[in-house]
Amino acid sequence: MALTKQEWLSLEKEAHELRKLCLQTTNWAGSGHMGGSLSSVDILVSLYYKYMNFDPKNPEDPDRDRCVVSKGHIGLALASLFAKLGLIEVEQLKTFNLTGSKLGIHLDSNKVKGLDTSTGSLGHGSALALGLTLAARVNGKKYKTFLLLGDGECDEGSVWEAAMATSNFKATNLITIVDRNKMMIDGKTEEVMQLEPFADKWKAFGFDTIEVDGHNFSDLSNAIEYALNAKDKPICIIANTVKGEGISYMAGNYKWHYGAVDEEKFNTGNKDLDEYYKNRIARVEKEGK
Amino acid sequence: MAGGLSFTAVESTKLATAEIYGKTLCELGAENPNVVALTADLAGSTKIGDFKEKFPNRFFNVGIAEQNLMGIAAGMAKGGLVPFASTFSVFASLRALDQVHTDICYQNVNVKIIGTHSGTSFGQGGSTHHAIEDFAVIRGLVNMTLICPADGIETGLAVKAAARTQGPFYIRINRGFDQTVYNTEDYGFEVGKAVEMFEGTDLTIIACGSCVYQAVQAARILQYDHKLNVRVLNMHTIKPIDKEAIVKAVKETRRIITVEDHSVIGGLGSAVAEVVVESGKACAFRKLGLQDKFSAIGLHEDLMAMHELDAAGIVKNVLEVMKADFEVDEDWGDEV
Repeated sequence: MALTKQEWLSLEKEAHELRKLCLQTTNWAGSGHMGGSLSSVDILVSLYYKYMNFDPKNPEDPDRDRCVVSKGHIGLALASLFAKLGLIEVEQLKTFNLTGSKLGIHLDSNKVKGLDTSTGSLGHGSALALGLTLAARVNGKKYKTFLLLGDGECDEGSVWEAAMATSNFKATNLITIVDRNKMMIDGKTEEVMQLEPFADKWKAFGFDTIEVDGHNFSDLSNAIEYALNAKDKPICIIANTVKGEGISYMAGNYKWHYGAVDEEKFNTGNKDLDEYYKNRIARVEKEGK
Repeated sequence: MAGGLSFTAVESTKLATAEIYGKTLCELGAENPNVVALTADLAGSTKIGDFKEKFPNRFFNVGIAEQNLMGIAAGMAKGGLVPFASTFSVFASLRALDQVHTDICYQNVNVKIIGTHSGTSFGQGGSTHHAIEDFAVIRGLVNMTLICPADGIETGLAVKAAARTQGPFYIRINRGFDQTVYNTEDYGFEVGKAVEMFEGTDLTIIACGSCVYQAVQAARILQYDHKLNVRVLNMHTIKPIDKEAIVKAVKETRRIITVEDHSVIGGLGSAVAEVVVESGKACAFRKLGLQDKFSAIGLHEDLMAMHELDAAGIVKNVLEVMKADFEVDEDWGDEV
């Protein structure tokens, strides 16, 4: 079922609020991983507000869908998302990165309810997600596991060990989404360590791949719905995104992997995000049905 | 029987230690539908083939990919299962360390790692297949319990204890057959509690794994040939270590020798030394093990002898330490 215009608009609103909350939290904390958070926002919103069977009021439900965020350095986006979902209080975001805080760059699943796994060391999420998927198989549970990978972390061999096993075990209940923002800490992925032909790599490992605009909810929805119906091969959605999407001075700038947001940058960023939201809404008005 | 093992001590002598693990794992699988077995192309070597036969839907071979093995096991534990991940100790502790650290220990999930072919027990495999640093590495991991059983019976008991205790475990066993140390399972095995194998007050030998058998042999020779009464402690749990037994040994025997099929850096000897130093009591002390050297190719027994971990080597070292006349130290009376 394609996304209705109403649903699309609603997702746009959530994503806009989440981008703003990420910026606000970064400002409170002084600095943060804005680049990779902003590239992932639309993917996370699609999952948590539309596709995942997940009730924030019952975050320990054994039948809930799981989400493994392998690019664990976006604790900023996750904490902000969880605040929006009511899993934590928005006020708690003011403690982000403070000494002794339960919230920081990489979130701890033993401290944050609703977070399915602790990640941080890159390339670990794939195997964790596969383990969760196989556990469902052993337990006769129907839940789906979503895996959000960064593209840079696909340099890690462990990603491909797990990819090989995911396809070997026909783990079609595991849906892989790569945030393909084409950047990593030291520069462009293709300059630091070539990933292309990226989709071909996944195909060679037994996956069916779909490439979409990771900042278009309609595209993301079509891809996720296709993946949810996978029968034979596991699906890898390559979501083409922009690091720092929505904020003029961050977008497409690898240096915004991590950075400080002072008052001036905060104000400019907020204006940019409002403008960006207007354009996104205009697109929905034009393309939505 | 106390430990609930389905085989007798006599039967255990006919089984390789890993076979006893495999047998115990099958029992656990029958008792608990959440028990799953994973390996990285070492189902045969780690003797979990029976589990695969009995519970094919709960057996997962991930191929030669140890990082993946530990990551998947952690994910399964997050999904409510009790995964037993089996591979060689050297790969479990070194190749997959980041996954063991982050996915298993940091998340504090219920994964049981069974490292086989430990120490120099895969003698002819050479140093790429010896695990002589795994205590050092694994002992440093938060939330981890580290056990090195002395024989097959103790392996069965340790595996059962791990299954009924929440949290990460690393159990280190040898390749092939181990000499039998226990002729009954009712000797009071308890995680974190050393077992006194031999009474004595002249010196204490603290050993683990296959060195326990050798230490007991040495104690008997020392008693008859040298009229020395040496205490032997089986320190099967390296972490958390039995501080009480160590401090008692310091106070009552004043001399300690540790014996392990592992490097003398960071393993059992270091763990005991930490407790000895913190006790504030004087104590003659020596660590037997691999003296910061890679081992050689050879039969396990020969390598044990080469590193003075056999009975003769232990006797020799005990006699040397007995000659240390530290008791004449004039400050001796200062301690409480």
